[in-house]
Formats: sequence, C-alpha cells, structure tokens
Amino acid sequence: MDQKYPFSQSEAGRHQDLNKLTNNGKTMNIINIEHIAKIYQVGSEEVHALRDVSLQINKNEYVAIMGPSGSGKSTLMNILGCLDTPTHGIYDFTGVNVSQMNDNELAKIRNKEIGFVFQTFNLLARSDALHNVELPLIYAGVPGSERKDRAREALEHVGLADRIHHKPNELSGGQRQRVAIARALVTRPSIILADEPTGNLDTKTGEDIMALFNDIFELGNTIILVTHEEYIAEHAKRILRIRDGLIEKDETVANRYIPKKNGASKI
Amino acid sequence: MKNFLFELREGLSISFRAIRANKIRAVLTTLGIVIGVTSVVLMSTAIKGIDSAFQKGVASMGSDNLYIDKWEWFNNDIPWWELRNRRNLTMEDYTKYKELAKLPVASAPTVWSTQTIKYKERTVEFILVQGTNSDYINTTNLNFDAGRFFNELESSGGRQVVVLGSEVAKKLFPRGDALNQEVKIKGHKFKVVGVLAEQGSWVMGNFNPDNQAFIPIQNVFKFFQNQSFRSVTFNVRAPNSQMVNEVKEEAIGIMRRVRGLRYDQANDFSINQQEALLNQIDKTIGVIQIAGLFITGLSLFVGAIGIMNIMFVSVKERTREIGIRKAIGAKRRTILTQFISESAIICLLGGMIGLILAIILSLVINQFLPTSIQIDAFVLAVVISILTGVISGFAPAYSAAKLDPVEALRYE
Ligand SMILES: Nc1ncnc2c1ncn2[C@@H]1O[C@H](COP(=O)(O)OP(=O)(O)OP(=O)(O)O)[C@@H](O)[C@H]1O
Ligand SMILES: [Mg+2]
Repeated sequence: MDQKYPFSQSEAGRHQDLNKLTNNGKTMNIINIEHIAKIYQVGSEEVHALRDVSLQINKNEYVAIMGPSGSGKSTLMNILGCLDTPTHGIYDFTGVNVSQMNDNELAKIRNKEIGFVFQTFNLLARSDALHNVELPLIYAGVPGSERKDRAREALEHVGLADRIHHKPNELSGGQRQRVAIARALVTRPSIILADEPTGNLDTKTGEDIMALFNDIFELGNTIILVTHEEYIAEHAKRILRIRDGLIEKDETVANRYIPKKNGASKI
Repeated sequence: MKNFLFELREGLSISFRAIRANKIRAVLTTLGIVIGVTSVVLMSTAIKGIDSAFQKGVASMGSDNLYIDKWEWFNNDIPWWELRNRRNLTMEDYTKYKELAKLPVASAPTVWSTQTIKYKERTVEFILVQGTNSDYINTTNLNFDAGRFFNELESSGGRQVVVLGSEVAKKLFPRGDALNQEVKIKGHKFKVVGVLAEQGSWVMGNFNPDNQAFIPIQNVFKFFQNQSFRSVTFNVRAPNSQMVNEVKEEAIGIMRRVRGLRYDQANDFSINQQEALLNQIDKTIGVIQIAGLFITGLSLFVGAIGIMNIMFVSVKERTREIGIRKAIGAKRRTILTQFISESAIICLLGGMIGLILAIILSLVINQFLPTSIQIDAFVLAVVISILTGVISGFAPAYSAAKLDPVEALRYE
C-alpha cells in the first residue's frame, strides 16, 4: 500500500473504498441511517435522545450538526461513530449493517474506519504526542517502524513536527487538538467525527483548527462535526439542524466560508 | 496473534508508565505481595533445610541398621500396654543373639541414661550416656577427633572409660585436651579414651552423637540403674541395604528362639528400622509443609486482595482513558490484557522485593538454622507473584474491559 501521503485523494486504499462502495450497489453513501431512535432508561423514565432520524452522508461531504443543548447531537455522533448502537432503526456504514454488531466488531470498525476528535481532546496524559498518534495503529496491528513513520507523518501534516515528544500538558489547547486530529487521521479512516472540536479553544485557535479541517476535507476526507457556533458551521457544505431528537432542517450552505490555507505548520 | 503481542507490549509499557506515575502507591500496594513472597520463599527454604537436616541426621545413624527392641517405634498397631508388658530384652538375650546371628556385620547392646558430666568446675547436663560394648563402633559411621572407641577388654571388663561426643567434649574441654582426662559421671570417675568428630546432625537433638557419651554397658547397670529395670536395645548392622531384610528375617527367627516363643505366640520384641523413622519424619515435615503453605497462602491471599482493591481503584481512575482507548479501537481483550499485565507487573515488583528480603532474612536465619536460597526459590517467587497478579487483576481488568465507551468518555 502507498504510505507516502496518507491523506491524499490519490491514495490507493481510498480508491478501493470508493470502488467497494460503487460496486456494492445503489449509492456512494458512506453513512445511511434509517429511522434511528435512541432511548435511555433513567430510572422508570424513558429519555428519547433520538426519536426518528434518517440520514445519508456521502463520500467527501462536510457536514455540520447544530442544535440546542440536549437535542441529541452527541448521541447521534456516538451512533455514527459506532461507539453506541441505536435502540431502533438501521445503521448502514460503508455498506455494512452495524446496528446489531457486538463490542469487538464495533471496536474494529472504529479503529479502521472512524477518526474521532473530541471537545476535550481526550489524549492520553502520560504519553507524548507521537505515542498518542501511534495508538490506533497499535490496535490495528501495524508493526513498529511503519507505525512510527506514519504517526510522525500525521503529526507533520497537522504542523506539529517539532512537538512529537511533548506530552499533552506541555502543549497548548490548539496543539492538543492538532495531536487529536493527527490521531484521527493516522489510520486513514472513512469518516472523521468531531464533537465540538473548537468548544474548548479561543476564537483564533478555533479558526486555525477549522482551517486544518478544511485542508483535510479538500484532500478528499469526509467530515462530520458538531458545533454550537453558526460561523463554525458555515465552514461545512451542509448543515443538519437537530431539535428534540429529530432532524429539523437539512440545508446546503450556499456560501461556505473557506478559511485561508494556514492549517499546517502554523501554530 | 501478532496483534496480541503488540497489545501485550503496549499493555506492558502502559503499565510501566502507570506504575511510574504512582510510585508510592505501587510500592505500598506491593507490600502484601512482598510479605507473601518473602514468607513463601523463607518457608520453602526453611522446610528444605529442616528436611535435609533430618535426612542427614538419620543417615548418620547408618542406613543399614536394625534395632531389636522391646519397644516398637512409631507404633500404630500394638496397644502400648502390650508393649509395656513385654519382657525386657536382657544382656543374656543379646549374648545368645550374637552367637546365633550369622548375617550382621556387627551387633551391640545399648542402654541409655541421662546424666550430668563434670570436669573440674565445668558441667554439662542432660547428656545421653549410652552404655554399650566395643562392637558398637562397628554398627555406626562414627569417626574420631582424638583417641578411639573403648576396646573389647575395656568393655568386657567394665572399665571406667568414656568416649565423648564432640559437643560434650567442647563444653568440658574448650582447649581440646580431653584425651586421657578423667571426667565424673554421677560422681564416678571415667577416663576419656576418645572424642568423636562432629556429626553435625543438629536436628536430632539429644540423639545426636555430638551430645552423647559412651561407656561400657556394665557401668550403666552398676552406677545408674538396675539391669532388671532396663530393656536393652540391640543395634544390628547389615552388610548392605539389600541385606537388611534378610538380617531382619534372621533376627526374628533367632529372637523367637532366644525368647522361647511357641509358634502361636506373637513376637514379644520389635525390629525397628530407620525407615520407620524416615516415614515419621516425612509425615512431620508434611504437616509442617501444609501449615507453612496455609500461612503463606493466607498472606499471599491478603496481598492479592490488596492488589485487586488497588486495581479496581486504578480502573475507576482511568475510566476516561479506557474510554479513549476503546473509542480508537481497543477491543475488550486489549483492555483486559493491559490491566492484567499491570497487575502482574506490580506483583512481580513485589515478588522481587520479597525475594531480596527473603535472601537477607535467610542470611540472618542461617545463624540458627542452615538454609540456603536456591534458584528454584527465585523461580517460585516469579511464578507465584505473576500468578497472583494475573488472578487478582482479572476481576478489575474484566470490569474495565466491559466498560461502555460512551459512558467511559463522559466520566469526569
Ligand atoms: N447515558 C445517558 N443516560 C440518560 N440520558 C442520556 C444519556 N446520554 C444522553 N442522555 C440524554 O439524551 C439527550 C441528548 O443528549 P446529548 O448528549 O446527545 O445532547 P447534545 O445535543 O450533545 O447536548 P450538548 O450540546 O449539551 O452537548 C439529553 O436529554 C441527555 O440528557
Ligand atoms: Mg454534546
């Protein structure tokens, strides 16, 4: 496999994914969910975090999910990211029905197909940047030297070439989020899921991170992000508005905001 | 498999990092294991020490010996009053036996009496004084530091001569000049004709020749107790261990004749063998071993509970970390491996500390009881501590492995 530049469109593996998707049927959908509901049982009460959500997301889309607090955004992201399974409905991910999969099968999909970026970064505090980025590759069984090369490459890509041996507490918030993004990218996943990635960052740093996401998007990746900020959402091509566990609106951004190319190597 | 090795490596390196981050806690946690492993190692070496000392002690009695006695050693079958009611074995019996027995290398009569021995102002008390004859030396493996055993003439003449065990001689004659001196046993003068070399079978206590003295048998009857109150034991030595049974058969036949038993009368004597002693020792050591195992098992168990407790705390504290790992693709097995190896490493650490402690302690104990820590103690410590770690780490690791990633990521 071509390892030279893991994030480029021309990368062989990605073409294979594309082929797989086109061959196996009707759509190029990476994500296809139908009538999904998520119900939490809290004591004797049922909390309907998601009521009836259907949604398709294609390859190389850039989707922002918005909605008031408690509307079910994170719940939806967790299901999309195979961290959780829906109570009802079907989730078809890259042509595979994952709604009924067990823990280990889901873990494998998360490892290979999904890159997470969290609001609170969620890096391992005791490990340096390189090891944090290596971690998904360790779980994927990639041998040591290749693993290190790829992790280093991912860190270079997010502009942290000179910080690879820093621990999270030796990095700024923006840098931590970059490490997290590098970790999300390093396995060349099918989608990147970001739940309020700029929520813990100031406006300027948030903007830098968004520029980085834009780079990644332009390289052919599929990105779904949750945000509370309208101006962040407008970086995406499509905005899903959620309220009370239902999709209220699904709109295309007419005039998408394209940040200046500053992502790599500028923090 | 390859993945598993990666995960194991990762698990180990995580463990080292986690332990390093919590050094004091790790060390405190290992305390239980330290104590457990220390006691296991010490106990096992002590038992081995005792065992080999017993073996050595028994071997010093001579492995081809039989003891014709009124009493049965370690008797389980014959009621004790029957033994008590047996006629004493007498010197006449011995003389007849000696005459008729063709197979033994040597046989000697023995009676013993506990006495105080004095030389000038020095005194040793509670010494087992054996009365015997000159043949005795040929039924043993004893050798001499100085002098010789009393000879036929001295023995049949009932001369007042004595052979001292090495400890007795050392206490009475610190300068080692015992030979030809006169000691007093119960006020009667005895001339020292020989001093035994040290036998070193300390574990036999008073039965250790080092703590004994030997005099011609008539002197015992004459000075210490009446012959009619005392049963004589015949020490009989077979030419080799294969012959022991033949010598025994012969002895039974001869003794029945000597004692005038009819065909329907049971033996009124016993032929004892070291084997019986060995069996008894094995039994005793078995009991010690079980007791030791129980005690050390208990301390290990306490240690294991400590580890389990701290591992549960560790899992709780690192819930978020577990969530992160799961989110990026760690399987249940991965998490399980990680925490079990952490617990195993903590225990191994404890095991190593315990081993070092045991080595130091055994050097101290060595002053009283000859022990030596061998390579198998090392293996024992490693195996036991890893095993404890794996077992006690399993439940916490399992609880970590089955955490729900979403819940874990939300954990504050
Ligand atoms: N584990 C859970 N148990 C019970 N209820 C839950 C659980 N997780 C989420 N919920 C409920 O589901 C609803 C949706 O929660 P979710 O976290 O998806 O909201 P959100 O849109 O991400 O909100 P925010 O913008 O504040 O992050 C909420 O009412 C929440 O209380
Ligand atoms: Mg949320």
